[in-house]
Amino acid sequence: MASTRQIQNRDNVVIKFVGDSGDGMQLSGTLFSDTAALAGNDIATFPDYPAEIRAPHNTVAGVSGYQVHIGVETRIIGDQCDVLVAMNPASLKANLKWVKMGGTILTDVDAYDEKALEKAGYTSNPLEDGSLSSYNVISPHITTMARETAMSLKMDMKSATRTKNMFCLGMIYYIFDFQLDTPFKLLDKRFAKKLDVAAVNKEVMKAGYIFAENLELIDSVYHVNTVELPKGRYRNITGNIATAWGLLAAAERSGHKLFLGSYPITPATDILIELAKHKSLDAKVFQAEDEIAGICSAIGASFAGALACTSTSGPGLSLKTEALGLAVMTELPLVVIDVQRGGPSTGLPTKSEQSDLNMALFGRNGEAPCIVIAASSPSDCFYQAYNAAKLAMENMTPCILLTDGYIGQGSELFRIPKVADLPAINPPVAKPNDPDYKPYRRDLETLVRQWAIPGTEGLRHRIGGLEKTDIFGEVSTDPINHAKMVQYRTEKVQRLANRIPKQEVYGDQEGDLLVVSWGGTKGQVSTAVKEARAQGINVSHTHFTNIMPLPANTQDILKKFKNILVCELNSGQFANYLRMTYPEFKYEKYNKIQGLPFTVSELVEAIKNQK
Amino acid sequence: MSYNTMERSKEVLKKEDFASDQMVKWCPGCGNHAILAAVENVFPQIGYKKENFCVISGIGCSSRFPYYMNTYGFHSIHGRANPIATGVRLFKDDLSVWVATGDGDSLAIGGNHFIHVIRRNIDINIMLFNNKIYGLTKGQYSPTTPMGQVTKSSPQGTIEHPFTVGELVLGAQGTFFARVLDMNPQFTAQVMLEAAKHDGTSVVEMLQNCVIFNDGAHKLITDKETRDDMQLYLKQGEPMIFGKNKDKGLILTDGGLKVVTIGEDGITKEDILVHDMYARNRGLHLMLAKMKPPHFPIALGVIRSVESETYDQLLDKQIQEAKATSKIQCVDDLLNSGDTWEI
Repeated sequence: MASTRQIQNRDNVVIKFVGDSGDGMQLSGTLFSDTAALAGNDIATFPDYPAEIRAPHNTVAGVSGYQVHIGVETRIIGDQCDVLVAMNPASLKANLKWVKMGGTILTDVDAYDEKALEKAGYTSNPLEDGSLSSYNVISPHITTMARETAMSLKMDMKSATRTKNMFCLGMIYYIFDFQLDTPFKLLDKRFAKKLDVAAVNKEVMKAGYIFAENLELIDSVYHVNTVELPKGRYRNITGNIATAWGLLAAAERSGHKLFLGSYPITPATDILIELAKHKSLDAKVFQAEDEIAGICSAIGASFAGALACTSTSGPGLSLKTEALGLAVMTELPLVVIDVQRGGPSTGLPTKSEQSDLNMALFGRNGEAPCIVIAASSPSDCFYQAYNAAKLAMENMTPCILLTDGYIGQGSELFRIPKVADLPAINPPVAKPNDPDYKPYRRDLETLVRQWAIPGTEGLRHRIGGLEKTDIFGEVSTDPINHAKMVQYRTEKVQRLANRIPKQEVYGDQEGDLLVVSWGGTKGQVSTAVKEARAQGINVSHTHFTNIMPLPANTQDILKKFKNILVCELNSGQFANYLRMTYPEFKYEKYNKIQGLPFTVSELVEAIKNQK
Repeated sequence: MSYNTMERSKEVLKKEDFASDQMVKWCPGCGNHAILAAVENVFPQIGYKKENFCVISGIGCSSRFPYYMNTYGFHSIHGRANPIATGVRLFKDDLSVWVATGDGDSLAIGGNHFIHVIRRNIDINIMLFNNKIYGLTKGQYSPTTPMGQVTKSSPQGTIEHPFTVGELVLGAQGTFFARVLDMNPQFTAQVMLEAAKHDGTSVVEMLQNCVIFNDGAHKLITDKETRDDMQLYLKQGEPMIFGKNKDKGLILTDGGLKVVTIGEDGITKEDILVHDMYARNRGLHLMLAKMKPPHFPIALGVIRSVESETYDQLLDKQIQEAKATSKIQCVDDLLNSGDTWEI
């Protein structure tokens, strides 16, 4: 009985659901995180799945997972989990290293037959050989009990066996002191068209809950403290969905309808899938025959007046580079989203990295500057996608938005904004029959040319990949003109530095050590800096969203610190970029290139090592 | 929008309305000059507003085309005219989109895009200039260069089987395919008008002579002495008769085409095949597209023109349907859809 048990109050708890890729772990994870969010916890989630859709059953290669971090402040996915729900030996084997010493492991003893143990690579049964003695292991007959409950409700044996994840989830709800009314509602909603399935799932979940309540092995339950969030309407959102929605918001706000030309690629495909659902918002989504046609169709749409976008991941960006140069040359607005993954080549499709920065900055023939920005969290993807659209359209040039697999697929709480409250977007559209219109006449201050949309009276003109004369836009190989145009294109992007938000520093504004990060690592790095400061270390943090151009005050910030430590998930690309831009400072690097996010503890260690 | 619903020009347009002020830099004698004249002639006849024409090209001699037309124009990168045109047309379907491309641009580097734009039946008009050589890079063989031809990059002759443009178009489920000769601008203009009227992807193969790097590529077809016997002008509903004396014709025998002479072996005019460009069955169209000298005349004019819903129309239908039925009518609706809660 709960009343006889100790209740542990906790600020943050990390729980990971792992199993075979068909075991329903993503469903368990989402139900659990939604329940926690509805109860007032802050949440962050991260799915972890193999590249193979159905890798061999019961093998380590086939393990799929879903990690949930709930509590009062969850800017990041916790490094290590308090509770691991492992549906079979293979998933236990693959994830044991992520469980905290003394943490709880809930696993299904029914899955530990000789064959499964052998497939997972165990020579003896870990539930019996004492190797898990540092953990609190709970290993009931989950499959048997779930199946019995479901079959008593006239479900067939195969489907009944599949409800084992609901039995586990019921136990977990008990362990975390949640009532079942919220998950029941969520199940009803999810299975709205199959209410009989919802009913069985609810019964099995309840059976798990009651089983846990009566199980003596469970000596304590956790109560996770809730958080005081700013008032407003909230939802859970993944980075990829947020990216898609940010683009839709920008299209609506700017009055330029959305066109997405894209080709499926992990982990960016969700953006294509999401936008394809929203034809009612006038989003035109074109699944092209390849990456090149994806970006080229977007360039065509941009010429025709669209908020034009293409979404991809590393290898796709490689294929798009020539066309990206065309967009730079023709000075057409274009949003390019790169959900980065491990490279080079096919690399680590389902893992995350920040290794496409060099390509985004420099990966084109000729001198072809693009605006480059990077999102820092799943919900920030909404604002940065919006921002990328605004920057591209207002400056008539491509903008590359770098996100990554980790924030693209991870989720967090998102405070829902009103579209009318987002900043206005005002592209320089040329007016019909403007006698002064010339294709390459520029605004003297911003150097931005006008957007003359086909179909507009009196503005017929030609653009293209060949160098053009200043103002008139005629084909030209004139040496002085070329030099001038190269300079204009560079300067146009550079001048933006004064119009983007100033770079900010967290912590002391000057001191011994400045930790620098960019993109999707913000959660881990800011938490690590906070922890280090709590330990009395003189360290500050600055996180970059604007990368090309860098904010105008970047140099002023860097010069106020004795040491600079650049942390990134590559071999030092941003550090090199800073070194190239501001060679007067010395940069130390902390890099990780394992397809995994930083852990807070290793960052704190790295900060300490700088002292 | 379709040919019938496109906005028409209120003013009567002339050839001059589409002539650009740029100096035309094709070589003297190049077949492109005559094609340009034909296009300038046909645009006013099509009758759309002059602002609604859009000419898009890739890379190659033919791809300079947009600079020489006073329309909205886009000279893009090698092989990519078709996907760029796709984006223009899908986003703004009140534009009449024309692609100027070549045998290298659309059949080699842009081959993938070429078959897919046709398969999707996107409502654009492709003018494919086929001179069977890479002209702009000065004379390397292309995907349509005949096997064995000596070029700069095939000093011992090519060892590649060439593509037949029409075969590729029909294989990709093309709904409109026609062929013209550069030297015949009046006929070219007529065929292009048919292409403009066709809703869906139209491909007009323009046999074009590169005087510098592949002069005489179409010699058998164009030479005074041989041309009458080597050119078959197709007319809807009429027997396929050709020849200096208008006495040669095509019949179907043993599952293939055969050239016969009217008056010989008991053949009469009634035995000659009648051209039907609207036939849904591709069989005969494919045979016509594949005919080549010296054993057959080359088929000129519209080989195939069948109605089929365009991608643009289907996309628009889905958008209208979604707008009529979806609960999500603005982005605020979307942001607040699904599970949300107040704090």
